Amino acid sequence: MRRFNARGSQPIFTVLTTGMLLVSMLIVLFPFLYVVTTSFAPREEIVSRGFFVFPHRWTINAYGYLMSNRQFMTSFLNAVHITVLGTIVNMSFTSLMAYGLSKRWLKGRKALNLMVLFTMLFGGGIIPTYLVVKSLHLIDSYWSLYLTGAIAPFHLIVMRSFFQNIPLELEEAARMDGCGEWRLFGRIVLPLSLPAVATFTLFYAVQNWNAYFNAVLYLNDSDKWPLQVFLRQMMNEANDSMENVSGAFEYSPSVKMAAIVIAAVPLIAVYPFLQKYFNKGMLMGSVKG
Amino acid sequence: MRMEIKEEAVESTASSSVARSRSSSAWIRGIPIYVMILPGFLYFVIFRYIPMGGLVIAFQEYDPFLGFLNSPWTGLDNFHRLLTDPDLGMLLRNSLILSGLNLILFFPAPILLAIMLSEVSRSWFRKSVQTIIYMPHFLSWVIVVNITVVLFATQDGGINNLLESLGFQRIEFLTDSHYFRALYVLQNIWKESGWSAIIFLAALAGVNPMLYEAAVVDGASRWRQVWHITLPALKSTVIILFILRLGQVLDLGFEHILLIQNPVNLGVADVFDTYVYRNGVLQGNFSYSTTVGVFKSVIGLVLIMLANRLTKVFGQEGVY
Repeated sequence: MRRFNARGSQPIFTVLTTGMLLVSMLIVLFPFLYVVTTSFAPREEIVSRGFFVFPHRWTINAYGYLMSNRQFMTSFLNAVHITVLGTIVNMSFTSLMAYGLSKRWLKGRKALNLMVLFTMLFGGGIIPTYLVVKSLHLIDSYWSLYLTGAIAPFHLIVMRSFFQNIPLELEEAARMDGCGEWRLFGRIVLPLSLPAVATFTLFYAVQNWNAYFNAVLYLNDSDKWPLQVFLRQMMNEANDSMENVSGAFEYSPSVKMAAIVIAAVPLIAVYPFLQKYFNKGMLMGSVKG
Repeated sequence: MRMEIKEEAVESTASSSVARSRSSSAWIRGIPIYVMILPGFLYFVIFRYIPMGGLVIAFQEYDPFLGFLNSPWTGLDNFHRLLTDPDLGMLLRNSLILSGLNLILFFPAPILLAIMLSEVSRSWFRKSVQTIIYMPHFLSWVIVVNITVVLFATQDGGINNLLESLGFQRIEFLTDSHYFRALYVLQNIWKESGWSAIIFLAALAGVNPMLYEAAVVDGASRWRQVWHITLPALKSTVIILFILRLGQVLDLGFEHILLIQNPVNLGVADVFDTYVYRNGVLQGNFSYSTTVGVFKSVIGLVLIMLANRLTKVFGQEGVY
């Protein structure tokens, strides 16, 4: 926006800021680059070559190993399952409640808003929540994950203010035409709020894909663990927990790198969409009261 | 809007019986809306408010077989025990040191990034820097910690391989507790400082470009423009966020710390949330660890309320 010349040119200043930004970019990128390139390195090079970024010989052994590893594939599919269903639960709970609370005429609205707000300041904490989940017999069920995190209060509030900004006239016109609240919500309000809906769907999906601690807390059955828990276990227990051979592929330290890459790829794939929307949806919704 | 005003006007002049029937019709009109709110409402009641009620076990000797209702009451015994527990001092010390480091080192990083980004004139360059530095925010702590292990592990970590090939000793970054605090803060900076810069960039987007033009006419160098225009424009945002951060000194990122804790660094790495998890969930001391949790939550609540009050004081002064 601002023109370079309009600010007066000072080479030292420009070089310094540009240089520091380049360095910060490199600091962020280097770990990614290192993990990606070494995930393609053969075992011998990792064990004996010392430090390197680009392998001499590239191999997809590590990816083959993971694809034919039952534990990895199970946890990967579990993560997909949890992300899809969890996000559906998140979005239906959040958008419905946000829509309801956006009605200024609604009796009890103030009390409900306060109820939401207070949970952002104070909570029961890990143990009482765990005891509730346990007494509902949700341990080892994915519903423990979907339900305990069904609504993020902050997302709810931002979405509510987004809905509030839809002109009331639209609602009145629709009602004149005999449109009920459900149709109004599904046919008019949601389509008009697409940027907000897209943003929060992606935010929730990222959150569900990344879920680690709740899975550890509520799921005892290791066949139900999502990818993040697998990743953690793999790093923690060194090599001996992994079989030496999986299918036609042998274990190598690069398997660890490959698993990180696979866990990060979906995030990097949705990232451009996120970026397109989070400026629009996120900031717009939160700035307007 | 118009409808609402008319309705209110009618309501205020109507007799009480009409008003009553009107209010009951408002309830009836709201029925589909209440149905929509119901799932969310139940969520808040069951998973947010009942656990708050569950905090009563801090005043009990909770027995899972007896439940909340039948466990014996112990009054304030757990709190007396907490106040004389040497662990409390350790937890407070660790939390305050880590928070202090966050405030000194992590807090300024996004401000610096935002200032530098706003000084870049080529928008393609600014956008590519932004795209890249926002990215780590979306990675899970598990991935960030795993990447750290891949780079810093003593035996086969990339950085240690590099150190060795340069003729240095290998350093136990991950297992030596001396490096824990630095590791913690650097991971925070790496993951979140880009994303946190957004709010400062938003504050800078509101600066009138004519201010800079006028400064150039007056012969101000780029440094002086940053000092006299950019920094003052950020002042109120910085103050408000700093105060809010102060309100959260005991929240240090539970999952993050849990993932980088190990038996060796526990003395410097243990904070309230991880202590509660280890003693409560893993070892089954439900009541005592809930007491520790209550202690932390109450202090947190008081700090947040104080912080909110303070931001209002500063907010009025700081708004331009």
